[in-house]
Amino acid sequence: MEGLLNAAVVMANFVIVPATAYGAQLALGALGVTLIFGILRFSNFAHGDTMAFGAAITILGVWALQGAGVSLFPVPTAILALPFGILATALLLLATDRGVYRFYRRQKANPIILVIVSIGVMFIMNGLVRFVIGTEEIRFDDGARFLVDVRGFREATGLAEGLAIRTAQVTTFLTAIVFVAALFWFLNRTRTGKSMRAFSDNEDLALLSGIDPERVVRVTWVIAAALAATAGVLYGLDKSFWPTTYFQLLLPIFAAAVVGGLGSPLGAIAGGFLVAFSEISVTYAFRRALGHLLPPDWMPAGLVQLLSTDYKFAVSFVILVIVLLFKPTGLFRGTSS
Amino acid sequence: MSRAGLRTPTLFILVAGLIAITGFAQSWNVALTIVNMGLVSAIVALGLNMQWGYAGLFNIGVMGFLAVGGLTVVLVAMPPVTEAWAAGGAAALAGLAIGVAALVGAVLLRRRLPPGPLRGAGTAAILLAGYVLGRAVFIPGADAIERVNPAGTGFLGGFGLPVILAWPLAGALAAGAAWVIARIALGLRADYLAIATLGIAEIIIAILKHEDWLTRGVKNVVGIPRPVPFEVELLRDPAFVARMQGWGLDPVSAASILVKLAYAALFVVVLALLMWMAEKALNSPWGRMMRAIRDNEVAAEAMGKDVTRRHLQIFVLGAAVMGIAGAMMTTLDGQLTPGSYQPLRFTFLVWVMVIVGGSGSNWGAVLGGFLIWWLWVMVEPIGLWLLGVLTTPLPEGSALKAHLLGSAQHMRLITMGLILLLVLRFAPRGLIPER
Repeated sequence: MEGLLNAAVVMANFVIVPATAYGAQLALGALGVTLIFGILRFSNFAHGDTMAFGAAITILGVWALQGAGVSLFPVPTAILALPFGILATALLLLATDRGVYRFYRRQKANPIILVIVSIGVMFIMNGLVRFVIGTEEIRFDDGARFLVDVRGFREATGLAEGLAIRTAQVTTFLTAIVFVAALFWFLNRTRTGKSMRAFSDNEDLALLSGIDPERVVRVTWVIAAALAATAGVLYGLDKSFWPTTYFQLLLPIFAAAVVGGLGSPLGAIAGGFLVAFSEISVTYAFRRALGHLLPPDWMPAGLVQLLSTDYKFAVSFVILVIVLLFKPTGLFRGTSS
Repeated sequence: MSRAGLRTPTLFILVAGLIAITGFAQSWNVALTIVNMGLVSAIVALGLNMQWGYAGLFNIGVMGFLAVGGLTVVLVAMPPVTEAWAAGGAAALAGLAIGVAALVGAVLLRRRLPPGPLRGAGTAAILLAGYVLGRAVFIPGADAIERVNPAGTGFLGGFGLPVILAWPLAGALAAGAAWVIARIALGLRADYLAIATLGIAEIIIAILKHEDWLTRGVKNVVGIPRPVPFEVELLRDPAFVARMQGWGLDPVSAASILVKLAYAALFVVVLALLMWMAEKALNSPWGRMMRAIRDNEVAAEAMGKDVTRRHLQIFVLGAAVMGIAGAMMTTLDGQLTPGSYQPLRFTFLVWVMVIVGGSGSNWGAVLGGFLIWWLWVMVEPIGLWLLGVLTTPLPEGSALKAHLLGSAQHMRLITMGLILLLVLRFAPRGLIPER
């Protein structure tokens, strides 16, 4: 019995808790991608760098607040600075739309041209982030480090294995829940939200019923900015901020959005958690957990790890390919055309 | 000659002028370095132009094919490490063979059996068994290889063949990789193909970085044999030194320039050959068919063209050209550094080259390759100079001034993005539009 509990604690510590936090970050990122796809109808390759921009501005806010002696202990100061990050990101995205994307929208350009345009925007944002904050790794997870730490957990339960839950992980999860709840309330209950969904479902019909397309687009960019900045900050809190990692998040985020069905917000969330849990459980070495379950002479010699962590990209990629080949509209029936 | 006919040579002369200015203002060594990488960039851009410009295939995995080319150079040119082969070569290869056999077996099984739960379960069982068994055989072998003198070798080495041989072989290997990718990903809509190729490129780089038995991983493979003599070898030759001094040149810089010129000559031959073939192909019935498919797939299909097969063909051809360029790049560097493959530099920059040059135009791709590479190298010094001028009013030692001067290197990305956006907006057909 105790073996089973210990195994469960190991799994929670190394798989469930990290994957939940990572899944929440991916879900927020994928929601942004899927919303932009639904309304503006192109895959935004600049989304990763938008996340980096939001995180970079938030870090500047954190430094300013720390300098002023403001803190929210035990919650990381970043949560207090997040509104600045969101505001700056929203302004940047609105300016980008005005200066760049609107021209192609009016032309009714081929979506693939918009994808190439978003690559140009990605270059500029990447340069901008480096310009603002440099290329060094930055840790900004102040506040209490652990909510539950290994020793405290061991002493409280008397188990051999310990469980650590970092404040950053809990913050991530709670913030994500608040944002997702607010987003769904907005999409389903408010007039603007409903007009957005109508626009996403059928553009012509929405236009006929008097919805202002430019307003819908502006609202979409603001929401995408909020989601991207939040996802970027939460990822940076959980791991660390490094301007170049955000580009690499593009693959799991797109995988999550496509798996859930592009254009479907619910699908993006499910996809985010699916990708995160697969990535972490496929690259996790199960030896330690099995050690508590199997008799000693049955112990496998290896680490019982399906794939080395070096190949975690391969997991999102394989999920992506399998879904595209067998169910191209995604699990929640997004658009595929 | 009409005005349109004059446009291409004028633009080429302008770019040559930019490089010449660099030669006079900085040094001819720098200028020739730009020319050499410009030649390679032109070939990569030519390959991407085949996929995107002729056929409209959205490939953002260029970096992966360049890396396959780089790997081929190591496999062909490095001397074999016999001890490592003895220690674990057989086991590692056997493990890989088991994996490949399982893949082939699974594909064959799927062809034989009717769809149903039996087929799904059988495929999964074969794949899983092949994976577990293959890994069990492979890992001890790979570990044994990596234990052989890890500081010096720790990998299998190559075949010790002349390095030039790696260039066509790299094309073949990249074509093979592209064929596999195309079988999976072509037929998806454009932005899905993009995400799929992006993922595959990342996986290829991950393999290069972490499979130490094959590539030494992030320990890098250095000292790859060169197709041209070393500078020191030239300097050791008294006849060479005497002749250079006779011409009134500094022998050291003359040797370095001569070596660069030798590389440039080799690269020009490859570029000219590929360019000749690309122009022939583009202006043949085959090229017209490709463009017809790109412009209207449905109509082309109705005319009886096999769109999927043609896409497969052009994807493989373009990737082969990229593989050749990747091999040339690694040969020029003389080392394989898997950590240095960055998508912004090796994939998206090539996209800027093709778009700025003119999608669908081979001359445009070549021009874009030279122009954008020149800019990529020169933006930093130009930006530094510009920021230096702009910050002159700021007091010496001010934090803002230091930050601005330190950020000059990031101007590069912003400039590239701006150029891409400006060209897309105001000259979407590029500098040398497709005819």
